Amino acid sequence: MSARPPGGGTPGKPQPAPESAARRAWLGVAAAGLAGVVLAPGIRLIEVAQAQSTGGSPGGGADPKVRWGLLIDTTRCASGCTECVDACNRENGLGTPSRSTDARWIRKVEIKEIRTGRTASLPVMCQHCASPPCVDVCPTGASFKRADGIVLVDRHTCIGCRYCMMACPYKARSFVHEPLTGQLPDVPRGKGCVESCTLCVHRIDRGEKTTACAQACTQAGHGAIVFGDLNDPASEISRRIREIQTTQLRADLRLDPGVRYHGI
Amino acid sequence: MRGRLVLVIAVVLGATAAVAATAGRTPAPVIERATKGERCVEDTATMRRNHMRMLEHQRDDTVHGGIRGAKHSLKGCIDCHASATTGSVAAAPGDFCVSCHAYAAVKIDCFDCHATKPAAGAVGVRR
Amino acid sequence: MDSLAAARHETRNYWILVAAGLLVTGIGLLAAHSMEVHGHAITGMDNSIVWGLPHVFAIFMIVAASGVLNVASIGSVFGQAAYKPRAPLSGLLCLALLAGGLMVLMLDLGRPERVIVAATHYNFRSVFAWNVILYSGMAAIIAVYLWTMFERRMNRWSKPAGIAALIWRFVLTTGTGSIFGFLVARQAYQSALLAPLFIVLSFGWGLAVFLLVQSTMYAWNGRELPESIRARLSRLLAVFVAASAYLVAVYHLTNLYYARQSEFAGFILFGRGGDALYAVLFWLGFVVLGSVLPLALLLAPRLRSARATIAAALAVIGGAFAFLYVFIIGGQAFPLEIFPGHAASSAFGDGQVARYAPRLPEWLLGIGGLGAAFLLTIVGVRVLDVMPHDDLAAGQG
Repeated sequence: MSARPPGGGTPGKPQPAPESAARRAWLGVAAAGLAGVVLAPGIRLIEVAQAQSTGGSPGGGADPKVRWGLLIDTTRCASGCTECVDACNRENGLGTPSRSTDARWIRKVEIKEIRTGRTASLPVMCQHCASPPCVDVCPTGASFKRADGIVLVDRHTCIGCRYCMMACPYKARSFVHEPLTGQLPDVPRGKGCVESCTLCVHRIDRGEKTTACAQACTQAGHGAIVFGDLNDPASEISRRIREIQTTQLRADLRLDPGVRYHGI
Repeated sequence: MRGRLVLVIAVVLGATAAVAATAGRTPAPVIERATKGERCVEDTATMRRNHMRMLEHQRDDTVHGGIRGAKHSLKGCIDCHASATTGSVAAAPGDFCVSCHAYAAVKIDCFDCHATKPAAGAVGVRR
Repeated sequence: MDSLAAARHETRNYWILVAAGLLVTGIGLLAAHSMEVHGHAITGMDNSIVWGLPHVFAIFMIVAASGVLNVASIGSVFGQAAYKPRAPLSGLLCLALLAGGLMVLMLDLGRPERVIVAATHYNFRSVFAWNVILYSGMAAIIAVYLWTMFERRMNRWSKPAGIAALIWRFVLTTGTGSIFGFLVARQAYQSALLAPLFIVLSFGWGLAVFLLVQSTMYAWNGRELPESIRARLSRLLAVFVAASAYLVAVYHLTNLYYARQSEFAGFILFGRGGDALYAVLFWLGFVVLGSVLPLALLLAPRLRSARATIAAALAVIGGAFAFLYVFIIGGQAFPLEIFPGHAASSAFGDGQVARYAPRLPEWLLGIGGLGAAFLLTIVGVRVLDVMPHDDLAAGQG
């Protein structure tokens, strides 16, 4: 790697020969042409980007007047029972997660208060926050909050950077670490994208006002999970929340989750 | 300079001829008749030209707007066009989506995530 | 050797180095391809440790890229004559490291074929998205800056270009630090100190890389770096290392002080709660190797020498990798505190320190990024006139 002899400042430097002047001009034109070829598709990209801003159509679908949420009564939640988890895995085609790379949209957590020794068991899933940190940090906007409060991942736009997984305080999100087959038609999911509990959005959009976990818990006779519209004062969930004491996980973070817990 | 230009043109033409000679390697698309319904949601020419744009628009309506079962839904396509033999639109090389896309060499990644088979008990064309 | 044989020997060495760079980069790209085809299951990452070894390499390169431009800034913006001839090499290294780091980051994505989506779909609230603009803008500004230095007619614009590069670089490194600082969820990160910390770290890491590359270039050309310049750069590196150690100390002291952070501080600093690896890496890697040893080599009168400066630069870089491993991976390994005051356990790793062991594809991808930076530097040094001309500088004053 030898240095070329220092140029400017030394007197008597020869003028560039005519061939090299023509070559420089040609290089300049070629560079300009190459720049044009490289940049021109970007003009189309602006079109594409502006065309993307549809995001929701009038009529049908997500209703902004509604806010879907869950109430989980941990006093009715039995340690060792995994009805909600199994139902979610069946409903969404998640299989039976066993490895640390397997996706878990809901999990049972056993907690024990360190000072008092009081134990509780409860399911934890995406908390569908009103101010979701995962939505703030997603570079492409794939992580978004729907008009009715459900926080989802648009897998058409997700590039798999996992920043939302870093940002979530509840470890709600999972990353798909390998190619998948046999997905359910209602729940598309695939390698390289991030996913989490959808509040069974495919059911809600069909008009079924319940999630798989809530339904399974009720059918098993525990009734620990209630699903409903937090914005409707007459809904069962709103009535229960007015009557009993409930708390949000990490309420100090002021994210206003849509999932509330009683008994912890 | 002119000699070089002639050489470049000759190489390009020769390469094109060589590539063209291999035509017929890729099987022509097999358009299997749809298993359900009378006709598609749009006419064939429109579908061939615009199905990608329809699907891209529809997916935003579905994911962000929660609109399901609309005219251009992907599940709707799969419900009708799943092959009678494989039950899928992308399993075998002759299946509906794969067959044309392989011929046109346009890679699609829809089925990295989307199911290729209709749901059990799926209804046919939705309007 | 007569001059023709020497030139041929040099050309042969150049092509050998280029081949080595291509090989390392190529292996990294193959590893990335394997990750894309098989998914991240072939790496050591999982749903607890989502950013692994590739991020350690990438963030080192990006932070060092910002810092290596310091040398040029001190020359162009602050007018220090000894640094002016070093500015082109500094700019080249910035571009090379930025390219290497971004290559690793983009290839580590779950869907790297969709990286263009980051340009067409833009979330203006995301600091990651701001960084997309900042990194590409940095590359453009450096290109312009280099042009103002090489094109004689543009030389008078090199100071404004240098100022623009300086400001942009500060914003960029603030953005890199804020990627972590804005994460309220994790006890390792939720801190405004991280942005200035990354800026100061960048000064030290960048200068260390610059010193290594510069001394290698001088050695290859059979030239000697003037002792006065070497002494100045050594003292500057010592200042940066001390400042970095100070900010890291403040960060940990504050964590030790807060009751709610004490468990995390005990884990990171003393290995309490499981997996002492991070404590060992922090103390032996960052504190001893990355801070104390370089300070001794650079400042102690009996130890100072040209060799000691190079050893110190290498030690700083080793300490950098140790710091980033503890920061990025240790920060994720410590469990999220979803139920303060409670011990939690689940099948998803709640309440447990996560285990992580990087696997081969991650090493290859990270090293491939270093290879890409190396390759760009080798070609750039060959093609451009970046060798510092101290005799010219002395003449021009």
